[in-house]
Amino acid sequence: MANMAKKTREPLLHIAKRDDMPGWKAWLIRLAAIGLGFLLIGVLSSLLTGASFGKVYNIMFTGVFGRLLKGNTILLWRFLQRAAILLCLALAVTPAFKMRFWNCGAEGQALIGGLAAMICMIEIGDKVPHGVLLLIILACSLLAGAVWGMIPALFHAKYKTNETLFTLMMNYVATQIVAYYVVLTSAGSGSNIIKPVPYGNLPILFGEEYFLNVLLVTVLMVAVYIYLKYSKQGYEITVVGESQNTARYVGINVKNVIIRTMLISGAICGVAGMLMVAGTDHSINTNTMGGQGFTAIMISWMGQFNPFIMAGMAGLVTFLKTGAAKVADTFFLNSSYSDIVSGVVILFLVGCEFFIRYTVKFRHSKKGGEAR
Amino acid sequence: MNIFVAFISSAIPLGVPLLYGSTGEIVTEKSGHLNLGIPGIMYVGAISGVIGAFLYEMSCGNAKENMVPALAILIPLLCAIAGSVLMGLIYSFLTVTLRANQNVTGLALTTFGIGIGNFFGGSLVKLVDSDMPNIILTKTSNFFCAQLPFADDCGWFGQIFLSHDFLTYASIVIALVVSFVLNRTRVGLNLRAVGENPATADAAGINVTRYKYLATCIGSAIAGLGGLQYVMAYANGVWSNNAFGDRGWMAIALVIFALWKPTMAILGSFLFGALCNVYNYIHHFFYLGHDANRELFNLLPYVVTILVLIITSMRKKREHQPPQSLGLSYFREER
Repeated sequence: MANMAKKTREPLLHIAKRDDMPGWKAWLIRLAAIGLGFLLIGVLSSLLTGASFGKVYNIMFTGVFGRLLKGNTILLWRFLQRAAILLCLALAVTPAFKMRFWNCGAEGQALIGGLAAMICMIEIGDKVPHGVLLLIILACSLLAGAVWGMIPALFHAKYKTNETLFTLMMNYVATQIVAYYVVLTSAGSGSNIIKPVPYGNLPILFGEEYFLNVLLVTVLMVAVYIYLKYSKQGYEITVVGESQNTARYVGINVKNVIIRTMLISGAICGVAGMLMVAGTDHSINTNTMGGQGFTAIMISWMGQFNPFIMAGMAGLVTFLKTGAAKVADTFFLNSSYSDIVSGVVILFLVGCEFFIRYTVKFRHSKKGGEAR
Repeated sequence: MNIFVAFISSAIPLGVPLLYGSTGEIVTEKSGHLNLGIPGIMYVGAISGVIGAFLYEMSCGNAKENMVPALAILIPLLCAIAGSVLMGLIYSFLTVTLRANQNVTGLALTTFGIGIGNFFGGSLVKLVDSDMPNIILTKTSNFFCAQLPFADDCGWFGQIFLSHDFLTYASIVIALVVSFVLNRTRVGLNLRAVGENPATADAAGINVTRYKYLATCIGSAIAGLGGLQYVMAYANGVWSNNAFGDRGWMAIALVIFALWKPTMAILGSFLFGALCNVYNYIHHFFYLGHDANRELFNLLPYVVTILVLIITSMRKKREHQPPQSLGLSYFREER
């Protein structure tokens, strides 16, 4: 027997599934991946600009947070605002992802929610009292986002239509509708831009323009956490995601869960759109969401579908994007540098999951395993 | 009549990048990998070709007389293939070897690829120091766009079928070859087996990892050529950032339209080219009233894609289904 075993060629490396790794160890690996990513960024930036490592990181940090020690918080709030919008979109797609419904349409659902807010602001902005207007805007955005999310869900539930591509295409439909609306509204003004509308803007709390946005998203983060972890519906989502057959067996109406979850997912996206339009830009264009809907998908996944970890990831990605943009700005590089930088770190984070779920054993170490 | 001929002959080049992209994606998906990185890969293919062409034009002192036609075509072509294969390698290393989530990896790769395209594009623009926000490689483009000499003599037939660049014809040939390989050869049979059920394929002695790597890289190379065709032939050698747009996503949607058949992809991509072209021509045919109404015709390709998605899923024919293990990573010890 021993001779026969020797004849078959044994591969040098052998991959085996790990038992559950303790949480702190898994996070150590993820932190190491982020660290490696940062190192690579530093090397890349130094090579491109000729500046030292320390200087690159310094520019990134001050570019994102500004001069905090001198009490200047403008940049900090801008950072929080960006991270909040990103987190809001990530929160939106998370229930769908937990159900294994690949909602790649956050961009479109948010855009259509923003468009609904915009239409309210322009059409009835000067006719109703401010408080009522804000409520109408909120309701319309929620509804618009929810409908946009529900359409693919209906077909997926009934005919198993591929949801990834359906939601993707819905993004472009939303973009084109916004383009249509912009041309329609700005007709005669000579340019294809809607000027900021003074009606229906979200109130400024504590003298900070973005305070309400950040606060709303924080509340939403806790709400989504509770919904997914402690509510019956959250449990149903988890079961449907793990196995649709099990869900059916225990009497969960899978179709209803899919449609309901996408309604929620789309509605939260609608809120994100509203925050961008009524809370930030007070105007809309096809680039209002700026691809954040896609980044949010990665954030949701990297955050292990846990809203609090997702907040950290949203912060990380925002830091990378703003910081790299600052580096690019300082050294006259192209602004797309920030996409490359965030892409590198995200790819590292995606790749490192392997080392959490599997171990690599070398050929000779297998003997020890057999002896056990 | 004339405008109709112009409509069709200008729709064809619009469809070619889609055909390259969808043929590449079909090859990849047949191995069970849904590569959402294709839009990024097409950007990288395009910019690699542009960089190659740019360097070659510079080395020839920007004079067309010094340029060798074969080199002017081969250098960008090989650069585009090398760039996109590199992206394909990143994708397959992450999803095949490291078994990462395919959707997330693909999306990250798309952001990364578009970033690379725009970054190098923007940096080259600064290098040339021109006032225009784009790089103009007309000389290389002229080599790429070389037409058949008798195309002009054949009237409308020539304008529609003979007046295109060689990459257009190559795209059809590649799609036909891919179709033949997938359906008529042992390699194709093995590849389809890997995509349907990698465990069974593995048991039958097929090297699953090798097939997945090769399919992804070859698919990426084909898709990358689509980016190159766009810049060199459709845009006449002018690279401007973000000009390629969302053609990559449309190519992925086309795969479903084509029901994973490259021959159907030929039909589909030219149909989509025509749909995209409606926006440019519709005001010649109909009176539209308000300017904004024309914008709505940009919706056509996306709405048609959605309709196709719905219809194919409703009909549920067995031969119209995606590869069974599409999107799932394969781990030998987990069955």
